[in-house]
Amino acid sequence: MARTSKHGASLKPHARNPIRKGVGRGASVRKKAASLNLSVGGLLGHHMDAAGNSLSRLTTQPFAALMTLLVIGIALALPTGLHLLVQNARLISGEWANAVDLSVYVTPGTSEEALADLSAQIESHPLVDGLIVLTAAEALEDFKALSGFGAALDTLEENPLPATMIVRPNALDENPEKVMELAAELQALPRVDLVQLDTEWVERFHAMLDVVRRVVMVAGILLALAVLVIVGNTIRMEIQQRRDEIEITRLVGGSDAFIRRPFLYTGIWYGALGGLISVVLVTVAVHLVGGPVSRVAGLYGSDFSLRGLADLQWLWLVLGAVVLGAVGSWVAASRHLRHLETG
Amino acid sequence: MIQFEKVTKRYPGGQEALQAIDFKMDAGEMAFLTGHSGAGKSTLLKLIALIELPTSGHVFINGRSTTTTPRWRIPLFRRQIGMVFQDHKLLYDRSVFNNVALPLIVASTPRQQIAKRVRAALDQVGLLHKENAMPMALSTGEQQRVGIARAVVRKPALLIADEPTGNLDPELSQEIMAIFTRFSEVGVTVLVASHDQSLISSLNRRLITLDQGRMVDPGIGANADTGVFTGDDGNG
Ligand SMILES: Nc1ncnc2c1ncn2[C@@H]1O[C@H](COP(=O)(O)OP(=O)(O)O)[C@@H](O)[C@H]1O
Ligand SMILES: [Mg+2]
Repeated sequence: MARTSKHGASLKPHARNPIRKGVGRGASVRKKAASLNLSVGGLLGHHMDAAGNSLSRLTTQPFAALMTLLVIGIALALPTGLHLLVQNARLISGEWANAVDLSVYVTPGTSEEALADLSAQIESHPLVDGLIVLTAAEALEDFKALSGFGAALDTLEENPLPATMIVRPNALDENPEKVMELAAELQALPRVDLVQLDTEWVERFHAMLDVVRRVVMVAGILLALAVLVIVGNTIRMEIQQRRDEIEITRLVGGSDAFIRRPFLYTGIWYGALGGLISVVLVTVAVHLVGGPVSRVAGLYGSDFSLRGLADLQWLWLVLGAVVLGAVGSWVAASRHLRHLETG
Repeated sequence: MIQFEKVTKRYPGGQEALQAIDFKMDAGEMAFLTGHSGAGKSTLLKLIALIELPTSGHVFINGRSTTTTPRWRIPLFRRQIGMVFQDHKLLYDRSVFNNVALPLIVASTPRQQIAKRVRAALDQVGLLHKENAMPMALSTGEQQRVGIARAVVRKPALLIADEPTGNLDPELSQEIMAIFTRFSEVGVTVLVASHDQSLISSLNRRLITLDQGRMVDPGIGANADTGVFTGDDGNG
């Protein structure tokens, strides 16, 4: 037994030659790094080493690493994309709320002068942008023209329609409540019979958006958990693969913190790179959907365009992903390293 | 340096690997731990390196009991001991230099010192010219010398080795043992486990002999059982 293994070992160098060449290059790179870091203190230098080693370890199994990164990227891009969708929907519905005009029906029998007073009063309201006054006669003409019942309506002795004012509110950014307030104020005015506004559906839409937003939040939490699990599982597999190394490091006096360090950095790299992938995915998706959306908006006479990640939102996304990666790998490494020791 | 006091070790679900072990090694002493395969040599060394804890009794290293060492201190404790293994336990994806540097790296030793001390250790085992080689490219004897360089790179006061010549032919075994002897001559306490009776007797050092987990009187141990060991060598 003892003797055969010696021969076995002496055969190996030839078979291993190509690998040795590859590693030799790595060694010279490491040497360069060593000379650059001479002034850096021991612990910091080792941290940088651990971070660098963890990154280069990802590239030793590029396909597996890329798959994991894609999964993380997609898991993060999904809630981010949905969040953007909700934000954009709120913007659009805000525009709609602003586009709503109020119809003010004046009490029948109101005199011309009183009507003029009322319109002046309404026009001076700070929330009102402008208004159109239709006298009862004008309203009837309009209705005749639009309804096609002209001849039938001619037989009426009295005009059944009230004078009407079409009131356009100010641009009230994303604030349908203000329109409601205005409607209530107008309703309270004397000689105003009825104020009609069609924002009820906008409100319902907003209520629904709130529900969707909640759903997106829950989905976001679940997908963040999924990222934790993905990172944790990847770290667990890597710990399995590097069992011998871990055992040897322990035997020569490596502390738990030292042994955990490379796995923590691996998790952080997965988070950072996965986060960047999700930023790219979201940005590409916004660009793909943005063109058609702008065209549709144009057809409706709006200059609305889809908004992507704002200013530093992408950075927060990546930072969040880094935190997820760090936490996932910390939990997995602590758990599985302890398990490895007793098992 | 090392003191065993009524040490018993029972593995979970197994029989007693060590029973009532009592012995003492002074600083700077060199001794061989002998006995059949299964006699408990590895277990005894594991108790010294705090890989295992005694079931009863106490193991004192430098006057400190291993039983009362808290978990977080174990790495610090191990950094004061050099360990050599039969299967070398090298990292085959790293160069010789990086293997030997590992005990220094885990202790956050500054880089300049690492290079200096790794080369000093490699020089002591005659492998300075191989620092950039990969372990796979080395012969078994050379791999074991790398293992020894790694064990001594931190200049430990205590060096323990578990069958360091187990896979080597007699000539290489002599070489390895000579390296251990040299360390003992500069004041390192050395304890080497080996069942190679002829090799050990040629070195004329103190023997600690185990038989089925019990210590055998060292006076008789060496020569009286030689025949048994040769027989064991044949089937092991
Ligand atoms: N981890 C273990 N679990 C259970 N039994 C063990 C374990 N390690 C060793 N033993 C048993 O303890 C006894 C002593 O083993 P060991 O110390 O390895 O002897 P040696 O090194 O002298 O060959 C043997 O009977 C062996 O089967
Ligand atoms: Mg053994």
